Amino acid sequence: MSFDELYQSILLDHYQHPRNAGPVHGATCSIHDHNPICGDEITVAMQIENGKVAKVGFDGKGCAISVASASMMTEQLQGKKIEDAKQDVESFLSIMRNEDEFDNHPEFEELASLEGVKKLHARIKCATLSWNTAKRLLEGDSDS
Amino acid sequence: MFTSTERQRIRDDFPILSRTLSNGMPLTYLDNAASTQKPRPVLNTVRNFLETSYSNIHRGVYSLSVEATDAYDEARKTIARFVNAKHATEIVFTRNATEAVNLVAYGFARKYLHPGDEIVLTELEHHANLIPWQQTCLATGAKIVPVAFEDDGSIDPAKVIEKFSPRTKLLAISGCSNVFGSLTNLAPILKEAKAQRITTLVDAAQLAPHYPVDVQALECDFLVVSGHKMVAPSGIGFLYGRREWLALMDPMLTGGDMIKEVWIDRATWAEIPNKFEAGTPNIEGAVALGEAAKYLQALGMPRIHEHCEALANDAADKLALIDGVMVLGSRNRSGVVSFLCNDVHPHDLASLLDQEGVAIREGHHCAQPLMRKLGVAATARASFYLYNTPEEVDVLVEAVEKSIRFFTGKLSLPVAKVV
Repeated sequence: MSFDELYQSILLDHYQHPRNAGPVHGATCSIHDHNPICGDEITVAMQIENGKVAKVGFDGKGCAISVASASMMTEQLQGKKIEDAKQDVESFLSIMRNEDEFDNHPEFEELASLEGVKKLHARIKCATLSWNTAKRLLEGDSDS
Repeated sequence: MFTSTERQRIRDDFPILSRTLSNGMPLTYLDNAASTQKPRPVLNTVRNFLETSYSNIHRGVYSLSVEATDAYDEARKTIARFVNAKHATEIVFTRNATEAVNLVAYGFARKYLHPGDEIVLTELEHHANLIPWQQTCLATGAKIVPVAFEDDGSIDPAKVIEKFSPRTKLLAISGCSNVFGSLTNLAPILKEAKAQRITTLVDAAQLAPHYPVDVQALECDFLVVSGHKMVAPSGIGFLYGRREWLALMDPMLTGGDMIKEVWIDRATWAEIPNKFEAGTPNIEGAVALGEAAKYLQALGMPRIHEHCEALANDAADKLALIDGVMVLGSRNRSGVVSFLCNDVHPHDLASLLDQEGVAIREGHHCAQPLMRKLGVAATARASFYLYNTPEEVDVLVEAVEKSIRFFTGKLSLPVAKVV
């Protein structure tokens, strides 16, 4: 694998210009989580209204893979019905576990740029940190 | 530094150094502070021992068991010489330095510490020399008194000594930081601790692989070492403990082989060090550890230190010249260089370096309080050992430069050819 395969330009763009970064005004739930192996931390917040993810954002510090994955996660889930958002999260996590393929999920578009990460077992936790946090939020969990 | 002839001879001893990675890149192994590679004499010792002399120890009266027992006991003597212990019985084989610290925490501290007692340690301790003391405090009502480190990652002996009080019962201190590589000036600290009757434990996990350790000169009560960081296999390490303390201590594990007499409802313990080595130990590991100690001593600990320090300082100087790179720590370092890049997160840097065959560590290095103090989640860490070369310093520096150029968009990537 080469540098560019691992860090595709889409991924770098999301890292250098993360979408939906910063606090979510009117958030109804948020969770702070961290990766104990590397120390990266993230807060994911959502405004859930009428069974939909009206807004989703994240804050924290992390590597390119975790930040880009969080950025793409917010774009993927924003505006979705909770059930559909849950389905996306499950699909993404199973792809990262190598139980599914990006090829089966055209809806993920840019997220497929994380394909290279799948080959780096040590970095999968970086890519899934925000998604695991989102999963808990969608299941009704919240820090406060 | 070792001469180029010596370097070649040393490298030839380590078969793994000549392998290439799956992408065809040669291996540049710079994660020695985490664990070191193993030389042929150690590998051959394990193999020969298992092929010709292995059996369980201490119990059998048949020749093979006597041979294995002799090899195990001989390794203990070698380790005693390695740290200049007065008696071989002051060496207890453990799985690693972590287990050795726990043995002192459970067998000694829990027995003799009381509510209000204080344990002095530094804010740069590895979790292995912190969490067992937190647990000790929970169990006994003692409390931790932390000592801050200096901006360059060193420990000021005066600041440790000034924390001592009549309540201080224990000093647990690292001889060398696994993050900064800074060497602690232990002598004045330990001398004052002794004068104030404070029991002392030195975490020598990073120190002993690089630096001559003399427990009699240091006058410490306990010292812990992991074998895998000093060219021995993983799963073997040791505790040095002063004979008087070991005799008073309780075993952490009880069961087979650590007893003297057993009744159905009670038992008495074997003499030191056997009372701390319950169950069948890592026999081949201990024998290999003895061989590892001999291997290092034959090269000379002062020369190993000089070699690693020179490489680390060379790397530190060259990395510091790269725009946006900040090198942590002082020049008084073992083989460790921790650094930060403005533009590249340590995890990304480590992944990118891996593509170039360079193995470095990233993360909090099991020192989260230290990282919090630095205000970072992680650092990148290159750590050198006796088999590393000046050429590998350059490979590291070039790979770091390339990674930064890539991340900042200044590296043009090869464009796929249109056929």
